[in-house]
Amino acid sequence: MTAVSPSTGPRASSSTATEAQSPPRKRRDDTRVALMFIAPAALGLGVFLLWPLIRGIWLSFTDYNLLTPAEFVGLANYRRLIADPIFWDSMKTTVYYVVLNIGIQTVVAMIIALLMYRLTQSTLLRGLVLTPYLVSNVVAGLVWVWILDTQFGVGNQILSWLGIDPIGFFTDSAWAIPTIALVNVWRHMGYTALLIFAGLQTLPASVYEAARLDGAGEVRTFFSVTLPLLRPIMALVLIMTIIGSFQVFDTVAVTTAGGPANATNVLQLYIYDMAFDRFQFGYASAMSVGLLIVLGIITVIQYRLSRADTSDMG
Amino acid sequence: MKYSIFTRTGRPLSTSDPGSRRTRPSRSRWLSTAAIATTAGLLLSGCGQEQGDSNVIDYWMWDTQQLPAYQECADLFEKENPQYKVNITQTGWDDYWQRLTAGFLADTGPDVFVNHVSRYPQYADLEVLMPLDEQEATAGQEESEYAEGLMDIWTGADGHQYGSPKDWDTIALFYNDTELKEAGVTPDELGNLKWNPQDGGSFEDMVAHLTVDENGVRGDEPGFDKDNVAVYGLGLSDPGGGNSGQGQWGPFANGAGWEATDQPLWGTEYNYDDPALHETLDWYFGLSDKGYMPKYGQFNQDDGTLSQLMSGSVAMVADGSWMVPAYAGSEEFDIGTARMPEGPNGTAPTVINGLADSISSDADDPEVAAEWVAFLGSKKCQSVVAEAGVVFPARNDSVARTEEIWTEQGFDTSAFTDPVDEGETFYLPITSHGADVTALTTPAFQEIWSDRPPSGEVLDPINGAINDLFLTEEQ
Repeated sequence: MTAVSPSTGPRASSSTATEAQSPPRKRRDDTRVALMFIAPAALGLGVFLLWPLIRGIWLSFTDYNLLTPAEFVGLANYRRLIADPIFWDSMKTTVYYVVLNIGIQTVVAMIIALLMYRLTQSTLLRGLVLTPYLVSNVVAGLVWVWILDTQFGVGNQILSWLGIDPIGFFTDSAWAIPTIALVNVWRHMGYTALLIFAGLQTLPASVYEAARLDGAGEVRTFFSVTLPLLRPIMALVLIMTIIGSFQVFDTVAVTTAGGPANATNVLQLYIYDMAFDRFQFGYASAMSVGLLIVLGIITVIQYRLSRADTSDMG
Repeated sequence: MKYSIFTRTGRPLSTSDPGSRRTRPSRSRWLSTAAIATTAGLLLSGCGQEQGDSNVIDYWMWDTQQLPAYQECADLFEKENPQYKVNITQTGWDDYWQRLTAGFLADTGPDVFVNHVSRYPQYADLEVLMPLDEQEATAGQEESEYAEGLMDIWTGADGHQYGSPKDWDTIALFYNDTELKEAGVTPDELGNLKWNPQDGGSFEDMVAHLTVDENGVRGDEPGFDKDNVAVYGLGLSDPGGGNSGQGQWGPFANGAGWEATDQPLWGTEYNYDDPALHETLDWYFGLSDKGYMPKYGQFNQDDGTLSQLMSGSVAMVADGSWMVPAYAGSEEFDIGTARMPEGPNGTAPTVINGLADSISSDADDPEVAAEWVAFLGSKKCQSVVAEAGVVFPARNDSVARTEEIWTEQGFDTSAFTDPVDEGETFYLPITSHGADVTALTTPAFQEIWSDRPPSGEVLDPINGAINDLFLTEEQ
């Protein structure tokens, strides 16, 4: 998202422009120096991402309980995955969560970003928006459990003053997923707003001037100028937040632990339980690979649909 | 050694329920994943924790209330065997099993640890437990010295003994004496009730009578408001208690003729599709529809039935004998115990279970570990445990002292011991795939309590899935 900055002009792919301007010079081979600079990051990537990824995929073809050697079982874990109703139920729960979480979060974050952009220059106020993000997921989850406790929670106390019966926010199967989704909206909206806000700052003032001259109102300007120009930024924000949202785990683990009755048994939680409670690391790995494939497909579709690599500016 | 672990409101200070030995979904369990990852990492990088000092015996347990008694045993053991040192580590129930798994994996676990029947079959299958009958010090343990059945539940499917019995427990009713007096009920009446799945029998009448709504109207009086209840007749916090309703509906279902598995120990078929169980569950959870028992989610499950009774929100609960010291801490009113009601089959059954000490297969020196285990099961240590009054010690020659102490504290211990004497006890299901069974049944019981569908509709398909686990094994 730093690809576009006001100083480099309106073109998104400004690198080609600068390259063309620089005077031709005899090239030195920088490969060795480059490799040296890349090495530390590459080592980290290899040890902490690539190797676990490869090993995870390998384990998905085995029967492995951590304590005895892994035993190759071919596609058995994947056959089980296709036939496992709890997996698909869990997938549905996760998608429901993602739709609620991302849908609400993006709209709220957009509104906050626009407000920050148009109404205030105060750094303090902009900083305050980010504060929920500074609280860890676990702490946020636990605090909301207390606030929304059916018996003793402040939240239900306030509802009772309004004449509303206590709601089992985390204990009612219809409420649990929306509640968790909203807790995470609360936590992440500031951060997402900041990303969008940074994107807004890159939009040139000239197009707004042109819009005003053409007599476009606030709403029209937003939908016809801001939103289209913000598309690459929004695509990136959505790809990042959707992937993050699919990986929801800690908030669920500390608030409902998957209950009531699998109502909040999101995929990561099911995978975790399968591995660390039921010792079925092979099947848990297969489900992780399944999630990887789903996320890969969603990201590609999103990338295509939003044409994230091109900009309308220029 | 009487101390209160409660704040003034009667809510436990610590989230780890002391003495809890039920399997239940845990919130903090996953925190230990980090521990697993870290220990695994350390193992890979070759800088595992310091190990191999065979004169130090690492002993792990989860119950804080029993810790002082076992520390005393350790001191006695060290005095008799000055060359050894016993290092006790206590971890709350929720994190205990994760730490243990991480320990087995990274070879940084204990030499000896307190084990639970819901977990040990899996460990035995994974071959991380040392058979006690193969160690010199523990090979000679006499079955007759321990409470009946305890040796049986710790004997694996392969015939080896995997745990040395340390204590036992049964389930009974704990009641708020003040509520009982106000309702004009005597403890004797409470301990002689009958129930049936059709109309609930005299037990349901009692639960209804003990229930009081916000206006002071009792559950069996006209005008009772079931949506605004001040005191529930019967408390409940965890719908499944693992997979057989140990402190919930298990004793009722057993009294209606339900057996969890095809044979008492090491069964290979579960009976969650038994209509006797479905009838029991529909009646039992139906009490919450009638306003006699809390609804799902009304109280925080992690606080347990203990805080429900201690805070005066319920008049009675079913709970285990290991909770006696906790209930004894009640300051505002007396708490007493009464026997579980008699079921349709004419028995008033209760679950009997017991903890045991197991030796890890990576123990630094199995013989030394076995000596400590033998000492834990000896009269010397068991009488120390009995004196602490925290749990029924496993040895027949030590149990009388605990009974005395609890009777002095005002608890009727016959509520726990009569079913044992009359042979009206049954075991928790001890089978392979315990973790899988619990993973499948826990959401099911939650659903039955929270959404109240006919329990047969929920349990029949799950029973099929559970029994499939055992089929795959036989192929």
